[in-house]
Parts: sequence; C-alpha cells; structure tokens
Amino acid sequence: MLVPGKIQHIICTGNLCIKEVQDYLKTLCPDLHITRGEYDEETRYPETKTLTIGQFKLGLCHGHQVIPWGDLDSLAMLQRQLDVDILVTGHTHQFTAYKHEGGVVINPGSATGAYSSITYDVNPSFVLMDIDGLRVVVYVYELIDGEVKVDKIDFKKTTATTHSAH
Amino acid sequence: MIADGVEDEEKWLAAGIAGLQQNAFYMHRALDSNNLRDALKYSAQMLSELRTSRLSPHKYYALYMRAFDELRKLEMFFKEETRRGCSIVDLYELVQHAGNILPRLYLLCTVGSVYIKSKEAPAKDVLKDLVEMCRGIQHPVRGLFLRSYLAQVSRDKLPDIGSEYEGDADTVVDAVEFVLQNFTEMNKLWVRMQHQGPAREKEKREKERSELRDLVGKNLHVLSQIEGIDLDMYKDTVLPRVLEQVVNCKDEIAQYYLMDCIIQVFPDEYHLQTLDVLLGAFPQLQPAVDIKTVLSRLMERLSNYAASSADVLPEFLQVEAFAKLNHAIGKVIEAQPDMPILGVITLYSSLLTFTLHVHPDRLDYADQVLGACVKKLSGKGKLEDNKATKQIVALLSAPLDKYNDIVTTLKLSNYPRVLEYLDTETNKVMATVIIQSIMKNKTRISTADRVEALFELIKGLIKDLDGDAHDEVDEDDFKEEQNSVARLIQLLHNDDPEEMFKIICTVRKHILGGGPKRLPFTVPPLVFSSLKLVRQLQGQEENPFGEEESTTPKKIFQLLNQTVETLSIIPAPELALQLYLQCAEAANDCDLEPVAYEFFTQAYILYEEEISDSRAQITAIHLIIGTLQRMHVFGVENRDTLTHKATGYSAKLLRKPDQCRAVYACSHLFWVDDQDNVKDGERVLLCLKRALRIANAAQQMSNAARGSTGSVTLFVEILNKYLYFFEKGNPQINVAAIQSLLELVTTEMQSESSTPDPAADAFFASTLRYIEFQKQKGGAVGEKYEPIKV
Repeated sequence: MLVPGKIQHIICTGNLCIKEVQDYLKTLCPDLHITRGEYDEETRYPETKTLTIGQFKLGLCHGHQVIPWGDLDSLAMLQRQLDVDILVTGHTHQFTAYKHEGGVVINPGSATGAYSSITYDVNPSFVLMDIDGLRVVVYVYELIDGEVKVDKIDFKKTTATTHSAH
Repeated sequence: MIADGVEDEEKWLAAGIAGLQQNAFYMHRALDSNNLRDALKYSAQMLSELRTSRLSPHKYYALYMRAFDELRKLEMFFKEETRRGCSIVDLYELVQHAGNILPRLYLLCTVGSVYIKSKEAPAKDVLKDLVEMCRGIQHPVRGLFLRSYLAQVSRDKLPDIGSEYEGDADTVVDAVEFVLQNFTEMNKLWVRMQHQGPAREKEKREKERSELRDLVGKNLHVLSQIEGIDLDMYKDTVLPRVLEQVVNCKDEIAQYYLMDCIIQVFPDEYHLQTLDVLLGAFPQLQPAVDIKTVLSRLMERLSNYAASSADVLPEFLQVEAFAKLNHAIGKVIEAQPDMPILGVITLYSSLLTFTLHVHPDRLDYADQVLGACVKKLSGKGKLEDNKATKQIVALLSAPLDKYNDIVTTLKLSNYPRVLEYLDTETNKVMATVIIQSIMKNKTRISTADRVEALFELIKGLIKDLDGDAHDEVDEDDFKEEQNSVARLIQLLHNDDPEEMFKIICTVRKHILGGGPKRLPFTVPPLVFSSLKLVRQLQGQEENPFGEEESTTPKKIFQLLNQTVETLSIIPAPELALQLYLQCAEAANDCDLEPVAYEFFTQAYILYEEEISDSRAQITAIHLIIGTLQRMHVFGVENRDTLTHKATGYSAKLLRKPDQCRAVYACSHLFWVDDQDNVKDGERVLLCLKRALRIANAAQQMSNAARGSTGSVTLFVEILNKYLYFFEKGNPQINVAAIQSLLELVTTEMQSESSTPDPAADAFFASTLRYIEFQKQKGGAVGEKYEPIKV
C-alpha cells in the first residue's frame, strides 16, 4: 500500500525530525499535512491544522501541547476548540481510537516504534482512514513481534458538515 | 595541407574503385562467355588496383572489400571450370603467369581455395605453399590484406578434427602450423609499419596500425576455434609459439594488443593451466607496455570464471593461482618503480576482487593484498590523484560487497591502514559506503570491540581529521552524513546490559570528539539508546548479589547527565532541555527522586538562562508542565518547588494569551488522576482563576490598543477546563462557578466591542453541545450536569 499513488492525503502528527523523512512521505503522496513536534528541525510546521476531506473536518496536532498528555478529556477539549469531527494527535507513541458523541479522537502511534517516556514497549503502527460519504472506517496496522496485525473501527456522522452561519 | 591530403586520398580511392569496377565489368563479360583467358586477364588488371601505396588502411579496406566480392564470383567460376573438365592443377599453374606479383598471389589463393575443396591434393600442401608464396609481398598494408584474404578463404578448409579435410597426412597439427605461420608473418609486417616513414609522422602511423590490428588478431581467434586444439597442444605448441612472436617482436603496440587478445580469445581453464607461462611473459615485454591493464583484465576474467560456478574453484587451488598472480604483480611493480600509484592500486584492486571470488574464506589472502597496497602507499603521504582515490574506494568497497558484513571486513587488519592514505573527502565517502553497507544488510554490530573498530574506520564522519584546512562543506551533505551516523548509532545493540553499556560508552567516547556541529545529531540517538537500556534494567529484578561493577540505571543516568551537558554548551538549549526532561521521566520510573530532581534542575536552569525565544519558551514550558504532571517520585517539598517555578514561568511568557494557556495548563499539576495525594482542588481553582484574570487583562489591553476586546476564545478554553475539573469531582468547582462563566462568555460575545470570531463561536457552540450531551447521559454524570443552564 505504501507506494506512490495509492494514498490521497497524508496526515502526520509530527516529530519526523529531519527533512529526509518529509521528502520520503512526499513521494508517497504530494498532499502532505504536518504539525510540529518538539524534535522537528523544521520550525515552520504549524502547531495545529484543520482540513476538510469529503464530509469530514479533521484536526491535527502533535499533542505535547495538550496537558495531561494522552488525556482523552483534554483532547476532546481541543477537538471542540478546532470544531472537527476527527482529531488526530500523537506524542504518546501509543495507538488509541476513542469514539464519543462529538466525534473520534485518533492517535496513530509511532510509525517507527521509537522510544517514548510515556509508553513502554512501543509497537510501530499507523492508521489508514477510508472516508466515504458520512462514514469513515479507520484501519490500524500494528507491527507486533514481527507480525502485522490489522484492526478496524467504524464511525458514522449523523449530520453533514455545514458552514457555520453567523 | 592535411585537408588536401584527405581530398587527394578520396580522389585516389574513387579512381581505384572506378578502375576496379571497370575491369570487373569486363571480367564478368568474360565469365559469362566462359572465356578463361580473358577472365584471368581482366581479373589481374582489376587486382592491380590493390597495388597502390597511396591509400590509408581505412581506405584501402574499402577497395579491398570490393575486390573480395569480385573474387568470390571468380572462385565460383573456377569451380565450374574444374567441373567442366579443366584441371585444377593446370589452373593453379596458369594463374601464376599474371604479370604482377600481388594480383598473381590473390588469384593463386582463390584457386587454392578451389584446389583444397577438390581434395586433389592434401589441404596441408596447398596451405603451406600459399602461406610461403605470400612472403613475396613485404609491403605492410598490402601484405596484411593479402594474408588476411588467405586466412579468410582458408578458414573453413583447415584439416581440423572432424573436418572433411582431415586425413592421414592432414591433421590438426598442420592446420595449427599454417595459422601460426600466417600469424607470425602478419605480425612481422604489422610491426614493420612502426619503423616506416619519417619520425614526425609517428602518431599517424600508430593510428593506422591500430586500424589494422584486428587483421592480425583474427589469426588468434581462428586458433581458438580449432576444435582439435586441446589443452596439451595449447600448452606445448600454440601458446609458446604465439608468445615467442609476441616477445621477440619487441613492439609495444603489438605486445599490448596481442597479450590482451590471447587472454580474451582462449578459454579461462587454459589460462589457469598455463598461468606460469603466461605470467612469465610479462616481465619480458617492453617497459612501455601497459601491463597492469592486461593483468587486470586477466584477473577479471578469472574472477568471473570463478564466480560462474563453484565447480571450478578447486582448479584454482590446484594451480595455486593466487600465489602466482600475487608474485607476478609483485614482480611487475618491482620492475617498474616509477609506475604511477593508480596503476598499483588498479592491480591490487583486481587481485583483491579475484581473491574474494576464488578464496572467499581466506581472509588472510585478502589481508595480504591490502598489506601489499599499504606497503606501496607508505611514504607517499595522502593521495591526491583523483583516479587513484576512486580506485582505492573500489578496492575497499569490494570486501564490503562480497562479505555483505562489516564485521568480517573489520577482521582485515590492513583495511583501516589503507584508509589512512585517503584524503578527508574520500575518507568520508568510504565511511558513508560502510554505513550504507551496514544498513542495507542490517548487520548486527553487537560488541564494544567491534563498535570501537567500526568507529575508527568511519572517523572521517565522526570528527574533523586534523591537518585539513576546513573546506566548505555543503550543509545539506553534512546533515545527510550526520543523520546516517545517527541512524548507525540506533542500530548498535546487544541484549546483554553489560555489553550494551560498554557499547554506549564506546560510542560516547567517539562522538564527544565530534565538535559542536555534530553533537546535536549524534547525542540524541545515544541518549535514547541509553534510556532504552535503563528501561530494560528497570524490568529486571534488582540483583542483590550483583557485582559492584555491574550496570545500574543510576550509572547510566550519571553518564546521561554528563552527555546532555555537552549540548548546553554548543548552544542547543532547547534540545538539551527536552533530553533532560526525558531523563527525568525515566528516573521517575526508576524511583530515583534525587536523580529526577537534578534533571529538572538542569532543565529549569536552561529555561531561565538560555531559552529566550518566545516560541521556544512556549514549547519548553508545555514540555516542563507535561513532564512534571506525570512525576510521582517527588516528595511534597520538591514537587512544590518545581511546580511553583513552573507556574511562575508560565505567568511570565511574553504574550498574554500564551500566559493564560500555560497557567491553566499548570492547573493539572495540582490534580493527577492516579495519584490520590495530588488532588488539591483549591490550588486548581486558584490556577484557573489566575488564568481568568490574565484573560480579562488581555481583553482590556486589546480594547485599549485596538479599540475592540478581541476574541473570547480564552474564556471558552477556561470554561472547558472548569468543566474538566467539575467532572473529575473537584469540590471547589461548582455549578455556580460554571454558570457565571457561561454568562460571562455569552455577554462578551454579544458585546459590541468584541471582535467577531467564528472559530470561538463554533468552539462555544460545541461546548454547549457537550454540556447537553453530558446531561443526556443520565446516571451520575447526567445528574451532575443537570443544574447547568445554557
């Protein structure tokens, strides 16, 4: 799957660290969205980002700015602040996906299995989202003990995105 | 002047072709009317055009080819004639009446071809006669083409084994004899060209000789195709005779070309079995001959032969190929003390490739070759010849490619010594090649000794090699190099903690010499490797019987402290701060309170003294608060001190909104879910209230400076925090507090002086939706939220 042309957007929570990694991701897909992690050498990545894909509004943030780290209620607050259906954050290197009435909070984990002070035994993981109309299916790929395990989560929006009319 | 010459040649060639064609026309007429006499007359005239001395070989060839085509038709006619009853012997005699010798000999060869085919005489007799008659032409170009014609028409008529021309009297020996003789004569003619004409035209002559060389070489090719030549005949007859001619002709051009020819046309097994003889010829060649190229090509062929199949390898061992080649190379180098270093390296490079293919398990052979290289290089200082350096890189890359394993290459004791002679730039190139090889093959480098040896090899990347005026290094290249070193550091691993610690210490020792530009790249991976080791030791039971010397988290933290310290001096304070906090958290997980406190202290000092950029401060403060929030190892006093400082920093950020956000983030420092003794509702509220005050101040400042109060976002954020703690059960946060905040926000949003902000509106709207939803949940949560009116 990770060949050029198959993926339409890449959403990255940050800590790519060096430009080489950004360049590599760009070869997979030119539509690349990145937010800044504390080890990124590129200081111009934004702290947060929002984008619309189909019927869904997505929010992106590395997550070291949201305290306590990994706390779902605090992340839900950020989700409300960005007013998005799907919030993607990182920093903890631990995959989580949390559905609540406001939407979904996803942490794709660490793609490389890098060390984290927060998570012991980091397994490399990433997430693929299939957005189709009002439905999104989230596939998580984890590398556990040399084997790739895949899981999936469904989420359906109740209403289409409307422009906030004020 | 030269242009005129060329023009003239064109004219002569055109004239020659015209003459040839005209006579050919008449010859055809004669053939059609079976007029033998006239056919012979006109063919002789036609062939007279080939008597010219005016054409360069290239142009002569054009003329020759046309004659050749016409002679084919004549040959067919001769065959017809013999069928019609004309005696071939008579014909053979008849053509010798042609007036001039060159046409006579061409005709003779043509008839000879038919003669042999007729089998009226043994092939060997005709061939012998022809090859000797051709002696009549001593002019190099004419002679070479004539003999080439002879070779061509006789090609399929040699009395080879299994050929129809083989007989009792006719054997392959005769075939070989014929070809050898023709070859010898042709070589003599070819060599003679070198000495014809004035000295100033030497270059032109040599170019012309080069154009003719394949005519001579063809004979060797023919020999290689004679089936009857087996190894014994090759060894006893063919090779000695050919070599004799090659050596005795004492001509550089011929020697170089023919030695190479021999190597290319005859089978590799033959070369192996005649290695002594072949190699023995080299020292006898003229000094100016480029022996190294020929030798290299020989070794290349033999390497490929060895690589083609494992079955042939025993042969190599049996003939002691390595020893012979090594010796031969040594002799060549000795005999030519002025050989440029490029030549020496090329030879050893080929020998090394050979060795790797033929004796892959004999590391000592490979080391020997490298040692010979070192010996030749010593005393010359660093290499400056670009080509030579490229060859050395090829030389050094060969074992890497072959063994696919840096560990094996590290065992070659002379390997690092060769590296010494490379200039800085090439050293770096080699180091990169080595690292790439490791990463490509995922080589495990798992002992401190190997790491030590490896880092010695790649030291061009690790530090500035002294003595070099610092050239401009391209920044991107530099980053790429250092990133690859960083990747390498991540790969070094051993499951045994003791060995791993030794590895970490070894790496540290090397990278600390790297200087301020390199440390930001190399220190982080080392720190994280160390933290991984700490975690591994954490998992293990404390061994009460462990030795004093054994690795403990404490020891590692000491090392870490000293390592991260080097970064703060560069300066790279943000990075150092982040790493200190990582270490603090790891120390926390090991229950080492003083160690964790020390790391926090270092981080705070950096924050206060070195981090002045606002954006950097915001990131740093969030990392500090986030880390501190997770600490469980601190006693009350220590925690208070650190918390107090953190809130202080938060309130002193430059912009009010940043202050506000940092301060309300600090509220979490007083309330940690899984630590019951950290649930101080009052201080949480104090933080939130302080944040509220800052938000208010921000509004007033905005009003004063811009005439509008700015966005209500901060209030909505603080409201959300109130709701957070409300839900967690902070008794200090009650419905009234929330209610009043709700009203505040609503008022502010509706106020005329506020800046409309759709994002803030949306935020507030989703917050209200959230409250509704919590109410709908029912149960304890629903009850809690019920009284809140939106």
